[in-house]
Amino acid sequence: MTMRSTVRATFRIFGWAMLLALATLAGCKHPAPLAVGLKATATGTALVESSGGHQVGVTGTVLKDPLVVQVNDDQGTAVPGAIVEFHGSAGVSFDPAAVLTDSSGQATTSVTLGATAGLYRLSAMTPGKSKPVTLDIVETALDYQQRVGSILADKHCSRCHDPESSPERVSNFENLAVKPHPFTEGNTLNKMSDADLTSIVMHGGPALSRSALMPPYGNTLSAADVRALIAYIRAVADPPYEPAGTVYSRK
Amino acid sequence: MQFISRYLSSAWRALFGDPVRAFGVVSLALLVALAIAPAKEHFSQWHGFQRRYLALIHDRGDAASLRRRFQPGIHQIWLPNLGVVDRCTTCHLGLNEASLNDVSQQPFRKHPVVPHSLDGFGCVICHGGQGAATTVAEAHHSERAGEEPILPVRYIESGCGQCHQDALPGTPQLNLGRTMLMRYGCVHCHAITRPDGSKVVATDYPPSLTHIADKTARAWIYSWLKDPQAYAASTTMPNYKLSDTDASDISAYLVSTSTPRAGDTVAPAVQSAAKADPSAGPSLYGESFCASCHAVQNAAGILVGGDIGPELTRIGNKAKPEWLAAWLANPRIYDAATPMPHYRFTPQQVATLVAFLQGKSDSDYGSGVHLDAASPQQIAHGRKLIVELGCAACHEINGVQKPENFAPDLSSIGSKPLAQIVFLPDMEHSLPSYIGAKIRQPRAFGPSVKMPQFALTASQNEALTTALLALTSRARSMPDDLRVAAIQETNYQPAGHAGKLITELACLSCHRIDGRGGEMAPDLTWEGSSVQRSWLTEFLHNPNTLRPSLIRRMPRFNLSDSDNKELTDYILAVYQSPSIDPDFALSAGNLQASVEHGRQLFFSKYACQSCHIADTKTDKGYIGPTLTQVGSRLTSAWVYAWLRNPQALRPGTTEPNQNLSDEDARALTAFLMSLKGSAGRGAKQ
Repeated sequence: MTMRSTVRATFRIFGWAMLLALATLAGCKHPAPLAVGLKATATGTALVESSGGHQVGVTGTVLKDPLVVQVNDDQGTAVPGAIVEFHGSAGVSFDPAAVLTDSSGQATTSVTLGATAGLYRLSAMTPGKSKPVTLDIVETALDYQQRVGSILADKHCSRCHDPESSPERVSNFENLAVKPHPFTEGNTLNKMSDADLTSIVMHGGPALSRSALMPPYGNTLSAADVRALIAYIRAVADPPYEPAGTVYSRK
Repeated sequence: MQFISRYLSSAWRALFGDPVRAFGVVSLALLVALAIAPAKEHFSQWHGFQRRYLALIHDRGDAASLRRRFQPGIHQIWLPNLGVVDRCTTCHLGLNEASLNDVSQQPFRKHPVVPHSLDGFGCVICHGGQGAATTVAEAHHSERAGEEPILPVRYIESGCGQCHQDALPGTPQLNLGRTMLMRYGCVHCHAITRPDGSKVVATDYPPSLTHIADKTARAWIYSWLKDPQAYAASTTMPNYKLSDTDASDISAYLVSTSTPRAGDTVAPAVQSAAKADPSAGPSLYGESFCASCHAVQNAAGILVGGDIGPELTRIGNKAKPEWLAAWLANPRIYDAATPMPHYRFTPQQVATLVAFLQGKSDSDYGSGVHLDAASPQQIAHGRKLIVELGCAACHEINGVQKPENFAPDLSSIGSKPLAQIVFLPDMEHSLPSYIGAKIRQPRAFGPSVKMPQFALTASQNEALTTALLALTSRARSMPDDLRVAAIQETNYQPAGHAGKLITELACLSCHRIDGRGGEMAPDLTWEGSSVQRSWLTEFLHNPNTLRPSLIRRMPRFNLSDSDNKELTDYILAVYQSPSIDPDFALSAGNLQASVEHGRQLFFSKYACQSCHIADTKTDKGYIGPTLTQVGSRLTSAWVYAWLRNPQALRPGTTEPNQNLSDEDARALTAFLMSLKGSAGRGAKQ
């Protein structure tokens, strides 16, 4: 009898031990090292963004320009051969996810945005001398409606609302007596309700006692077009737009 | 044996020995059998997702309303006319819930706003996959015969392209891919029939090679064939990866069969009679707006200029000067259908341009090429290669027939069964990855693949793949009323002597008339209703730009007075809009008051100066055309009709429709027609 219960107890303990081991294994899922096969020949102490940040892309697609960051040392000189790893919020992927800096100290990767619209916070990381150095980068992904808005904005709005000129498109911003708000100007535009923005787009500046330099587009754009345009304006606002009014509590 | 039978009989007695006991046992067995189905459902994958969804919404502020809209069980969208049986919403429970905007976890994400409702179209039509499946693996990843894995989101625009054959504003990637199918010569070899039955026609213009020896030397053809992009980075000619011997033999065949033609070249004696002015070259090239169509690489290696004509960065390495002179004097002799206008250059201008263009050369290009004279065997081998590679599918070549159906038909490529595809090792087993890889590196699929290597960027490759994925068999079976047809180029042809002039000047290379032509310059379909005779005559003689911010402008064609009159008469008589009232007149009564009222409206109420310049001293608007002399350019009837509804006269114009009243439109017209001044013109420029 005692013999039997001892055996049972042994089995029991063994079973619990196995379960515990399994749980531990499952819990300690190590993230796969990104930098397989890369041998850093140098380390830097600072990371700076060269180009490719603050882009506006489309969900699920590759950003137009690659992301380029530079590794510098204490004196601010570029460090070639340092390893840089890229991380990002869920859904973002990098090609490559880890890379050695080239002869000019720059690490280049192409970024594929995730499937949801909104801001994507990315970071570049290099081991550094004593502790890892990171650099945060922000990109924006547009969904279908916001992209339709961006195309409409390119055609109807950007010539005046975007102060930047390019050889293909000269900006009209400087020529206007009353300066329009660039769509990225979140500090001003975030305070305006959707209804106010709709009203200005549809009926022109005078609808809200603003400048007549802003013409009415109510007969040129459809209601869906205007909704798309406003969705785009909200998407590119900097600081980011948070809808006013009741937000459902997120416990 | 005995033990087993004894055991069985005692078990039988124990269970069924007594009738009541037997009834109890049978009832229990039945109960267990009945419980199997609900238990199976309870432990099914979709039920697990529904439980997780309820847990997800449990703590949210609007949990009550979310729960009210939640229905347990299997959901189904059934649309018999579209062949849709989609159960995706069984697990994807938040698709229509706007308040789940912040949820990024699948399968509970909200669907982004699109123009079509879930209930009207289902899911699979756009996304692919198996709608009827209720497990993730079957719905998303199945590769079995007749089934398809769901489409990666970066090709999702191909879903739109199944019904929308026209260019949707929201699908730039699909639109680019479709343009590329026509521009990169794909359809010269591959036939593509759209789901609505229309054919995709090529819009590129591969030159005829029947008189190639007049134009260039064999050594250039050899270098070109070896690597077209080394000569012109922007060319759409693909690389056939030819060996030295093969390229040499093909060039030998082309040169040996090329026939000389009178007028293709200008004799050197005639050429030297005209004196080139080396200092005038760049300005003549600029004034003639060659760069509107032709690109040249600048010092930084960036292409500057249009893409209608070939890139001219190294034209001096290619074109023989005697051919170039004849071509510039009248391109239609060498090629009757060329998009290049007949500029009517003077002999001296021709000589100047020839000298200028000959200077655009690269001394390193093709410097190591020394070709020995070809033997008849080599020439015959060249012909054999031309036939095998299908060169004549694009180019007209003496002695070689244009092959029919040279490459596989791609009309249903978007539904190609995975079982028919031979994938490369290490390649994802999906149609998008196969198509992408085939375009990127066709020869990787075996040495017998004839398809050449096109020089495409990653995003061009993705666009082309998207356009091809839209060619599905589902698209063919869609109801006709859902299909949006492609806008097809008409075959408009202007008539008479003026029509011949319009063809010679290649007006349709840049302008569109009656649904045919380019999109670089304004549509001229209603030009006759729009402009005044005196302005048109002057403009054709000496075009001045209306939009100072544009880089691409109308060139000068050195028209004779009689040709100018012919063209002016034709435009004014034929290109008339039926919606413009030819008898329109402003009330003559108090015109001056009306002009003043219009001025007020222009500057104050409508603030037109934000985009237009009416007064060069104060206005800076840079978007619309300059209006300082609009009164001597446009007709009052056109101005009035335009102000009332610009999009009715030119669909898609950026001028907003301000919904003007008749009175305001008349006053503004009166003001605009009073702007005749030519004195202030040019002061700003």
